[in-house]
Amino acid sequence: MGKQVLLIEDEPNIIEAIRFILSRDGWDVRTHSNGQDAFEAARARLPDVIILDVMLPGKSGFDILTEIRADPALADTPVLMLTARGQKKDREMAERAGASQYMTKPFSNAEILETVRQMVVP
Amino acid sequence: MATLNILVLVCLSYVVLLFVVAFAADRAALRGRGKWLRSPIIYTLSLSIYCTAWTFYGAVGFAARSGLEFVTIYLGPTLVMIGWWWALRKMVRVGRSQRITSIADLISSRFGKSNTLAVFVTLLAVIGTTPYIALQLQSVTLSFAAFAETGPDVGEAINREVTAFWLALGLALFTILFGTRNLDANERHHGVVMAIALEAVVKLFALLAVGVFVVWGLSGGVSETLARIDASNIARWDVSASRWVGLTALSAAAFLCLPRMFQVMVVENEDEDHLRTAAWAFPAYLMLMSLFVVPIAVVGLDLLEGTNPDLFVLSLPLSQGQDGLAILSFLGGFSSATSMVIVAAIALSTMVSNHIVMPIWLNMTGGNAVMSGDVRQVALLARRLSIAGVVLLGYLYFRISGGGTALAKIGLVSFAGVAQFLPALLGGLFWRGATRAGAMAGLVIGSLVWLYSLFLPSFGTGTILSDAIMHDGLWGLSWLRPQALFGSEGMDPLVHAVMWSMLLNTAGFITVSLLSFPKPIERLQGAQFVNVYDHSPTTGGWTGGLAQTEDLLIMAQRIMGSTQAQAFFASAAGRQGIGGYLPEPSPDFLQSLERELSGSVGAAAAHAMVGQIVGGASVSVEDLMAVADETAQIMEYSSKLEAKSTELTRTARQLREANEKLTQLSRQKDAFLSQVSHELRTPMTSIRAFSEILRDADGLQAEEAGKYASVIHDEAIRLTRLLDDLLDLSVLENGQVSLNVQTGTLGDLLDRAEAAAGGNSGELEVRRQRGDEGIMLSTDLDRLAQVFINLIANARKYCDAKTPVLTIESRLSGEMLLVDFIDNGTGIPTDKQTVIFEKFSRIGDTKAGGAGLGLAICREIMGRLGGRVTYLPGQSGAAFRVSLPVEQRVAAQ
Repeated sequence: MGKQVLLIEDEPNIIEAIRFILSRDGWDVRTHSNGQDAFEAARARLPDVIILDVMLPGKSGFDILTEIRADPALADTPVLMLTARGQKKDREMAERAGASQYMTKPFSNAEILETVRQMVVP
Repeated sequence: MATLNILVLVCLSYVVLLFVVAFAADRAALRGRGKWLRSPIIYTLSLSIYCTAWTFYGAVGFAARSGLEFVTIYLGPTLVMIGWWWALRKMVRVGRSQRITSIADLISSRFGKSNTLAVFVTLLAVIGTTPYIALQLQSVTLSFAAFAETGPDVGEAINREVTAFWLALGLALFTILFGTRNLDANERHHGVVMAIALEAVVKLFALLAVGVFVVWGLSGGVSETLARIDASNIARWDVSASRWVGLTALSAAAFLCLPRMFQVMVVENEDEDHLRTAAWAFPAYLMLMSLFVVPIAVVGLDLLEGTNPDLFVLSLPLSQGQDGLAILSFLGGFSSATSMVIVAAIALSTMVSNHIVMPIWLNMTGGNAVMSGDVRQVALLARRLSIAGVVLLGYLYFRISGGGTALAKIGLVSFAGVAQFLPALLGGLFWRGATRAGAMAGLVIGSLVWLYSLFLPSFGTGTILSDAIMHDGLWGLSWLRPQALFGSEGMDPLVHAVMWSMLLNTAGFITVSLLSFPKPIERLQGAQFVNVYDHSPTTGGWTGGLAQTEDLLIMAQRIMGSTQAQAFFASAAGRQGIGGYLPEPSPDFLQSLERELSGSVGAAAAHAMVGQIVGGASVSVEDLMAVADETAQIMEYSSKLEAKSTELTRTARQLREANEKLTQLSRQKDAFLSQVSHELRTPMTSIRAFSEILRDADGLQAEEAGKYASVIHDEAIRLTRLLDDLLDLSVLENGQVSLNVQTGTLGDLLDRAEAAAGGNSGELEVRRQRGDEGIMLSTDLDRLAQVFINLIANARKYCDAKTPVLTIESRLSGEMLLVDFIDNGTGIPTDKQTVIFEKFSRIGDTKAGGAGLGLAICREIMGRLGGRVTYLPGQSGAAFRVSLPVEQRVAAQ
C-alpha cells in the first residue's frame, strides 16, 4: 500500500490527469472537488500529502490551508499548492499561508511527480 | 455802606425768588401750561451755565493777567455753536432717541451699553468737576469777604469756611428739591431750567451794569475808555499762538463734554429746533458777557492796583461807593455760581446713581428687580445722596485746597479733564469703526496723562508730586517730567498737558478701535448712533415671552411709580387693542418700556433689568439692516473667498474621483488579467498533462488513449471559444463593432437561436408563444441571435429543475419590445443578480466549464443595439429580459 495523497481540485480533467500520473507511481490518490468541506475531508483521511488548488468553489485554497495549518493533526502535513493564476502575489500568499510547495498550472507530469515524491522523503 | 446783614438778606430773598420761580415753573409744566417754558430763548439762556462764576469774575482777572487771552474761553463755544451746529444736532438727536441721561450714559450706550465705560466716565467727570464746584464756592465766599472788608464792621469778618458750608448746604437742598422731583431724566427739570434762565438774565444784566458804570461812570465815555485800554498793558500783551489755539480748542471741547453742558444741551432739550435759535443767540449772549471785560480789567488795574483782579467786577463798584451796583454784581456772581453747582450736581448725581450706585445695588440684591424692594425709592435716594455727595466733595476740595489758586487756572484744569471724553464722544457719533476697547483705551490713557501732567501738579509743586518728580521725571526718567513729557520742554504747561493728553487719547482710541473687533451690540448701537437719521430710533430689541408682562409691570411700578407705570402699560395695551393693564410683550412694547426705564436708571441698567425678566435679547430687522450695510462688504469679500475655496474643494474632489477611477480601473485590469490567465491555464493544464501521458506512458490501452485524446481536443476547443469570446468582448467594449442591420421576424430569429443552442435535444424543453412572435425587427439580427443563443444555452446549462423548462414570452410595452426568458430552476440569489453580467462571474460549480463571459457579452451587444438585458427577479426561476427600442421595429416596416 503506497502513501496516500489527497487531491483537492475542481477541474475534472486535471483530476483525471493527476490521478493517472500518481497512481502509476504507486500512490493512493483520493480526490475531493469542493472547497466547502475540503478541510473536513483532509481531517478524516489524514493523508501523507495534500495537493490543493487555489481556486475552488465554495472556499479559497488559502483559507483551507490556513485551517489545515491550525489543526494539530494536519499541521505538519506537506501541502502542494496549485494555481492557475501565475502571479507573484499568489506565490507570496501561499508561502505565508504555510504551503510546503507551490506550482503554477500548466505543470509537467514529471515535475509534479518529482515534487510530490520529495515532499514525503524527510 | 452795605452791611453783611443786608447782603445776606438780599441773598436769601434772591434764593427765595429762585425757589418760587422754580416751583411755579414746575407747577405750570405739570398742568401742561406754560408753553413759554419750552421756548428756544429759555433753552439758550439755560446754556449760559457755561458762564459760571469763573467767567463772571474770572474773565476780568484773566484779562488783567493775560490780556485778550480770556476771549478764547468764549471763542471755543461760539465756534462750536456756529460751525458745529450739525454735530450738536446729531448729539441731541441721539440723546433724545436713545433717552440718554448723561454723557456717561451716551458713551456707555454707544459702546455696547458697557457699564465699565460709564463708571470710568463718571469717575473722571467727578474728578474734573469737583474743583470746579469748589471754585464756585470759593468765588461766593470771596465776594462775601470783599463786602466784609469794605464794610464798617470788619470785626465780624466772617469765617469763609462757614460761609462756604452754608452755601453748599443750601445748594444741595435746592438741587435735591428741584432736581429729584422726577426720577425720569426725560421728564425735564422745568423748575431748575427756569431758575437757571432767570439767573442767566441776572448775571448778564449785572455784568452789563458794572460795565456801563465803568465805561460811562468811571472812564467818562467810550473814547476815553478806549484810550485807557490803549494805554494799558492789556492791549500790548503778547499772546502766544499755541496757547491761543490750545485754549480755544480746549474750551470748545469742554463745551461739548462738560457734564453740566450735556445736561442742559441734550438732556433738558425740548426740541431739536431750539438749537437753531441757540446757534446765534448763545454766541450773542457770550459776546455781551465779554463786552465789558477789558474795560473793567483796565480800569480795575488803574484804580485798584494790588488787589485781586478776580474780584474787580465786585470791588470796583464797592470802592466807588456804589452799594446797589455792588449788590447787583454780587447777585450776578452768586447766580453764576449757584446755577453751575445745581446743574453740575444734577448731572453728576444722575451719572453716579445710574452707573455706580444702582448697578451695585442691583448686584447686591441679586439683580432681581422684581423681587426686591422699591427700585424707585432706591433710585431717588441714590440720586439725592449723590447730589449731597457731589456738593460735599466740592466743599471738601475747597477746604483742603484752601482756595488759594487763581480761579481761571482751576477752571482750565477741569476743562482739560472733561475734554478727555471728546475722542470717544465724537468717534462714537461719527465713526462706525469705534469700539468699546478703543474708547476705554483712549479714556484711560488721556486721563492718566491729564492727571499726571496737569491735575496733580495743579495742587502745587511738592504737594502731591515732589520736586524731584517735577524736575527729573518719574523714577528719574527725564522724559517723564510732568510738564515736559517726551522732552517737549519750554511749552506752556496747560497747552503741553492738553496736547499730549488729547494726542495720546485720540491715538489710543483710534489704534485700539482698529485693532479690536466690536461685539454685536456695539455694532448695533454704532449703527444707531452714527446713522441716527437713517435708522429707526430703536435699540437692540426684545422678543418677549408670554406671562412676563405682569413681572414687567411690577418692576416698572417700582421704578416709574405705580400711577405712571400703570398708565404706560394701559396705553400700550390700548394701542394693541387690549383692555386692562397687561399688553402683549411685543418687541415694540418692550423697546419703549426699556427706553422709558432708561430715562430713570440709565440705558445699561434698564437693558439689564428688562433682559432679566424677558430673557434673551433679539435683534430687529431694522437693526440687522443697519449692520448689514456695513457687513455687506465683508460678506462680499468672504463670499469670494468661499467661492474660491469651493472651487478648490471641487477640483480636489474631481482629482480624487479621477484617481479612484484610475485605481479601480487598474484593479479591474489586474483582476481581468488574473482571470484570463486562470481561464487559459486551466484547459492548457489538461492538454499538457494528457499529451505528456500519451507521449510518455507505455502500454496505454487504445480506449484510454482515445479518451485522453478527446480530452485534449475538447480542451483545445474550449480554449478557442474562450479566445473568441475575449476578442468579441474586447471589440464590443471598444465600440469597434459595426452593426449589420437586417430585417426579419422575431419568431424566425428565435427559431434560429433555439437551433443553434442545441435545439430541443437534451432535457430542456423550450416553450414559446408563437402567436406573439410575428413582430418585424430591423436590427443586427446576428448579434441579437447571439444574445438569444446565450440565454437559451445558459438555461440549458444551469437550470437545475428535474424537467427543465424555458418559457420565452414576447410582447410590446410602450415603445419597447420585451422578450423574457424564464426557466423553472432555482434562479439566481438576490445578491448575485447584479454581478452576473460582469466578466468571469460564475455562479456555483463550473460543471458547464463556461468562462463567465457570456452574459457580459450579451450586455455589451444589447447596449450596442440600443436596448438592454436585465435579470428579472421574482419569477419562478432564473429570468432574463431582453428589451429593445420600438423604433428599430417601426423603421423596419
